[in-house]
Formats: sequence, structure tokens, C-alpha cells
Amino acid sequence: MSVKKNIILILCIFLFLSCSQKKDDALFNDPGKPGYGDTIITGSIGEPSNLIPILSSDSASHEVSSYIYNGLVKYDKNLNIIGDLAKSWDISKDNLSITFHLKKDVKWHDGKPFTAHDVMYTYRVIIDPKTPTAYSGDFKLVREAKVIDDYTFRATYSKPFAPALMSWGTSVLPAHLLESSDITASPLTRKPVGTGRYIFKEWIAGDRVLLSANNNYFEGRPYIDRYIMRIIPDSATMFLELKQYGIDMMGLTPLQSVRQTDYPKFKREFNKFKYLSFSYVYLGYNLKHKFFKDKGVRQAISYAINKQEIIDGVLLGQGVESTGPFKPDMWSYNGNVRKYEYNTEKALALLHEAGFKKGSDGILEKDGATFEFIVLVNQGNTVRIQCAELIQKRLSEIGIKVRIRVIEWASFINEFIDKKNFEAVILGWTIPRDPDIFDIWHSSKQGKKELNFISFENKEVDELLVKARHTLNKEERKKYYFRIQEILAEEQPYTFLFIPYANVAVHRRFKGIEPAPAGLMHNFEKWYVPEGQRRHKINAALSP
Amino acid sequence: MLRYLLKRCFFMIPMIFGITLISFVIIHLTPGEPDVMGGEMNPKVTKEVRERIRTLYGLDKPLHIQYYMWVKRFVKLDFGISFSQDRRPVIDKIKERIPVTISINLLSMSLIFLIGIPIGIYCARYKDSILDKGLTAFVFAGYAAPTFWIALLLMIFFGVYLDWLPISGLKSFNYEEFSPIGKVFDLTKHLALPICISAFGGLAGISRYMKNSLLEVLRQEYIVTAYAKGLPESMVLRKHALRNALLPVITILGLSVPGLIGGSVIFESIFSIPGMGQLFYMSVMSRDYPTIMGILVIGAFLTLLGNLIADIMYAVADPRIRIG
Repeated sequence: MSVKKNIILILCIFLFLSCSQKKDDALFNDPGKPGYGDTIITGSIGEPSNLIPILSSDSASHEVSSYIYNGLVKYDKNLNIIGDLAKSWDISKDNLSITFHLKKDVKWHDGKPFTAHDVMYTYRVIIDPKTPTAYSGDFKLVREAKVIDDYTFRATYSKPFAPALMSWGTSVLPAHLLESSDITASPLTRKPVGTGRYIFKEWIAGDRVLLSANNNYFEGRPYIDRYIMRIIPDSATMFLELKQYGIDMMGLTPLQSVRQTDYPKFKREFNKFKYLSFSYVYLGYNLKHKFFKDKGVRQAISYAINKQEIIDGVLLGQGVESTGPFKPDMWSYNGNVRKYEYNTEKALALLHEAGFKKGSDGILEKDGATFEFIVLVNQGNTVRIQCAELIQKRLSEIGIKVRIRVIEWASFINEFIDKKNFEAVILGWTIPRDPDIFDIWHSSKQGKKELNFISFENKEVDELLVKARHTLNKEERKKYYFRIQEILAEEQPYTFLFIPYANVAVHRRFKGIEPAPAGLMHNFEKWYVPEGQRRHKINAALSP
Repeated sequence: MLRYLLKRCFFMIPMIFGITLISFVIIHLTPGEPDVMGGEMNPKVTKEVRERIRTLYGLDKPLHIQYYMWVKRFVKLDFGISFSQDRRPVIDKIKERIPVTISINLLSMSLIFLIGIPIGIYCARYKDSILDKGLTAFVFAGYAAPTFWIALLLMIFFGVYLDWLPISGLKSFNYEEFSPIGKVFDLTKHLALPICISAFGGLAGISRYMKNSLLEVLRQEYIVTAYAKGLPESMVLRKHALRNALLPVITILGLSVPGLIGGSVIFESIFSIPGMGQLFYMSVMSRDYPTIMGILVIGAFLTLLGNLIADIMYAVADPRIRIG
């Protein structure tokens, strides 16, 4: 018996020793020199669905695809458009056609050269009615697409279209591998071939996707040898994996970022980066509602909501107040619009002006109807539910009764939003890189399944949206969007609540990371791990 | 016996169709439609795109025609192409995930039987002893405690705090570089927590079953006879009591067959195991009708098969059923 016990004890000690490596505190302080090597492991909640990016709409597929494919143009770190596969481009005098001059030294991962025919194929397959893609909208506006020679491609529009240039940032697909077959059944959906920084190696279903650096990349080989995306469907598990160094990078929730990673061991191993995310959260009103029709009522509610309290309480300070549909570090952002600081007196004054009187039970009344409404929130989104609770409390203080209703996403959309069967709703929008917000605010977009579901109608905004859409001059476009933001701030069809920060933890051995308006990943090929800090050695058999 | 069998098999056919019809209708009643799910709030997904995708999937046709089309494919054992964006054949998606789920369930089921039966025997033999009460409390704690909670606690303890076991997944990312022994060791390390935790939850059922059935047998007169003729206790237990007591337990095995392909969503998500539970959950969330139907049909078939096997086992054990 005692022998058995001893063996178990020795085994335990052995296990313990073999697993706990001693960590050197200063190891990661040295910035070192850029060099090739190491692997970065990221985690994703969802599994990629399809690695031909025009066929998928989930973020995991698009993230993997972004390493494998290139577009003709891309955004730099400050959201300016720069060439990617295109060396340069000319826009005709009438602003109707764009001629792209393509880079000549680009090769597909299988060694075949990249030419304008690939661009032509990509265009044709996107507009093909048999292709189940969600992204054909922008390309349907092309009147004529033409291959001028192997390295020149021209797209002509019937009307000047501002987002046109950037729409060519879509991933260009290899014509020689796809042309002869049905794209939806192509092996490339699971084994993509692109022109990008990384070459696809392996996809183990439900487990991970592995990419390795492209030695012949036209902008030079990326420093980090391999990229692995692990699929970890549970966010609590992912956070534990991060703490155990099972993954090197993860987006953190406010709670994780402010409280749960605030201890020395974590700080020794990870850097945290912060940038404004491309999204905002708002309280939207049904403008057909008998009370919300009145601009004064909407303004009053905006005064009565304490945005800073929401940011501090719900986001633990990880966000900024939002004043309109753009974020402050974009060129289209106008910071000089009407603001609604927390002020109950102004709110009450506006409500009295609108004809509301306090009833016997302390609730505001107008023409015998008490001011109460329901805020809809989608299930599972704790941030929005908590926002609703804070709004409920603040509005009850000025005599408006708010009830909160939490609904599952599919019925939320189908039964309430699509049928305009709601009074107020808390939702968020992704902020587009290109400021075209026509689909959300134009009065023609009120149909079923369209995005102006609050029924916003404003003649001036309509005109400005159309003008901005068909103007290619950035300064002129900016003027239109500045005016739109002024009107929206005055009208308050939404009470714009906040723009959250994206918080990302990256292991400290990765150097050269630069947070910018475009996010973190814009210079990923320049990230490196100095020699001596590398964690994963690569077996010869696996390197490219 | 043969006639009984044939009759049972024949009744399975309308049953399968009944199940598929009900499932089909219920799934189509839930709000939301495939592919547009997640694209509801995307300005790039225009109205025409939606219409096109609906036609592509045949969703513009009336429900009974959609069901007829599905049945037509199903009788040829063709489960169709998934509606999700990968557009792979449903059967491929299921084939890819079934081995993982079945092996994990087999392992945890063996563990349940290996530990649960001795616990049951012990508790029956030493009924009302302190250890019996302790064990009963232990197995019920396993039954009652939420899996995800225990899983997270153990992951924090063994994974982050002690750093002994990996937290999630089935293989390390550099698995291919290991020696064969290293591979086995790596797999064992990854599977240790998930299998132990899922077995922990299942102990209660089997050990209680064992205990009650053994207690029942121990009350029988022939046991008294066995004692009376002076047999040692271990002999009475093993030769006379246990054999009879195990019979009903074995039939539970038959009833566990459909459980083999069903995975738990929460459990698989927490451990990042690419199994059937996740596949089913994902396909429900994206309203991927062909995949949902595929999994349901296989599940229904296995349930019916399990019932059939259990019935046959009863029939073999008890002649009265055969005749009736």
C-alpha cells in the first residue's frame, strides 16, 4: 500500500514540476529586432462557414479570408483608401468610370500569375443570379466592366457612385480554379487559394484553421510564421484559455478588461490595446407613435437620459458618448452638433411645452393618456438590457413609465421590427468604413425588411444622402454628411447612446502592434516576435 | 417470435414518418428563415438578394410541397444539401461529427457502468451505513449540480491554477508533431475532464437502479435458502443475487443507444468539442432545415431501434412477452 502511495506522490510531483515553468519577469520587455518565426493563436466563437468570402457573411469566415485574399484597394490605418492589388487607379473626368492599373508581380498561392481576368471573373460571379451572395448590391450598379489588357481593368457606372471605389476592395477570386465549375460546390470553399499574406494549410472541422506565411507575398513575407484560429464556442472557456496561454489574443468584455485581468501575472504576460469599435448603440423611437411623433418629446427623453452613467455603469467606462451615426476618429464625423447633457429640468420644460401634465400618480399625462411605453431589447445582450434598466430608472424620475420587454432575436426581427410593432427599441449599428448611410436614413427605405424601420422622413436628409452618395469629392461629401449629422442631432430620431471601446489582449511577445482608427490588425504582417521570446518552434515538415 | 419482430418493425415505418412530419412542421413554424438569419440588419443584403435565396432553397413554395420534396429525397436516403453558407451535403456534416460524439459517449458510459454498478452493489449490501449515505449524496450531487458550473470550476482548478490539464479542445495544435505515445497522452489529457464530468452526472441513475434491483433480489426467498445452506456471503451475492439483479440494468443499455449520438450543447461548447450537440444547436439557430431534419431522423431511428432492442432483450429474458 505504501509503495503505491509513494508512486502516486512521485507522479504528482513530476507532473507538477513538468507543467510549471518558471517565468522571467523582464523577458518580454525587450523590443528586440524583427525576425521570422513563431505562431499566433487566436480564438473564435463561431466556426468559419465558407472560405470563399462572397458566399459567407459570418465574421469568422471573413477574418480567415482577410489573410488569404486581397482586394484591388484597401483601407490604411487612418481609413484612407490605398492600393492593394491595384498599383494605382484613374477616375474619369465625368466621375463615371474607374480604371485600375494592377500590380504585375502578384502570384496566386498555386504559382499562377494574377491578372485582370481574375477581377473580371470575380465581378461576373458576384452579379450572377445563381450565386447566393449577399454582396451583389454595389456591383449591380456597374454599367460596364472591361478588361483592357492583362493588367488594366475598367468599371463604368451610369451615375457617379461614391462607395464605388471601395466596393472593389472585395476579395478577388482565382478565375483559373473556379471558372469552369459551380462556385458553391468548389473545393475552394474549404481549401481556399488566394494572393494574400498567408497560405491556407488545414481546417479541422469544429477545431481550428491553420495558415502559414506566404514566402512570395508581393509586399514581403509576414514575420509571423503561422496563424491558427481555434474554434472555442464558449466565451468563458476562451477567457480561461487566454489565461492559460492556450490562445495569444482575444477581445475582452468591459468586465474582463477592467476587473478580471487586473492582476500582476496577467499584466506580465499580456498587453491590452484599446480603440473605438465600429459600432454604436441607440434608443430608437417608432416615429409613427402618438407621442414620439413630436420632436420635443424625443429631445426631452434625450435630456433625461444620463449617457455617462450608462457608460460608467454598464461599460465600466469603456466607451464614449455618441452624438450621431459616426465615430469621432472618422473623417466624416461632425463633433459640432447639438448635444444633450443630462438635465431633467430641460427635459420637463420640453415635455410641458408638448402638453404633458403630471397626473395624480406622478406620471405624465396628455389628453387623458399616460406617458408609458415599452422598450424592446433582444435576448442575450446584457449590455443593452442593462442600458434599458438605467433608462427606465431615469425616465421614471421625470414621470415617464417604461416597461422592458426582452425578446429572442428571430421573433424580435420578424414579429416586431419588420411589422413596425414597437414603441421604442434599443439596438446597435455597425458603423460602415465608408460613410454612406443611405439605407438607414433615406425615407424610401421603410419597406419590409428594410432598415429605416423607425419611419424617419426628412426631405433635406433625403436630398443630402443622395447627393453625398453621388459625389466623389471627399471635401464636398464631408459637407453633406456634416449637415446630416446636425439635422439628426436636432431631430433625435434616435437617442444616440454610446460607442464602445474594443479591448484586445495580445500576448506581450508580439511587437510592432499599432492601434489606429482602423483597429489593430491593419499591420498584422509587420508584427513580430524577437528571437529568444518565441514560444512555438516549427517542425521542418510543417514550414512552407 | 419472428412474427412479433416483423410486426414491431412494420410499425416503425409510420412512426418515422409521423415523427418527421411533426418535426418538419414545428421547425417551419419558428420565426426566421435560413441564410437571412444574421443578415437582417445588414444594409448590403438587399431585398432582391433575399428573394433570390428563398427561391434557391424552395422556401417560396407551400409547406406541404416542401415536405413532399423532402420526403422524396429522404426515401432515397438523401438528406440534401445544408442551407448554411457552407452548402455541404448534410450527411457529410453529420459523418464528420458523429465519431467524436459516439466515442466520448461510449467512454463516459463505460465509466458510468464501471463506477455506478459497484456503487449500487455496495449501497445495497451495506444499506443505511454511513458510506451508503455518503455515496448517495455524492451521486445525487453529480446529478443535481449543473454541468457547466462544475466544468468551469474544474477547468479553473486543473487548467489555470494547477496547469495540469488543457482547458478545451481535443488535441493540442501541434498534435501532428508528437510521437504515437505522445498523441495518446495528449488525447487522454484533453478528454480527462469532459469524460469524468459527463460520467459524474450519469452515476446517480445507474447506481440507484442497481441498488434497488439488488435489494429487491436480496429479499427473495431463494437468497434466504442460499444463506441457509451455508454459502459464504460473497458467493451468495455474486452467484445468486447479482446475476438476477443485473438483468434489468442490461436493458438500460438498449435504451441508451439513441443517447449515443446526442451530444449536449452546453457541455460541448464549454469544452470546444466539435460534436453533434453543437451541430444541432447551430443548425437550429441558423434555421438550417435539412441538417435539423437529418439529425432528427437519425435520432428518431435510433430511439426506435433502441426500444426494439430493449423489447427483444425482455422477450429473450421473459417468455411471457414472446407469447403475448
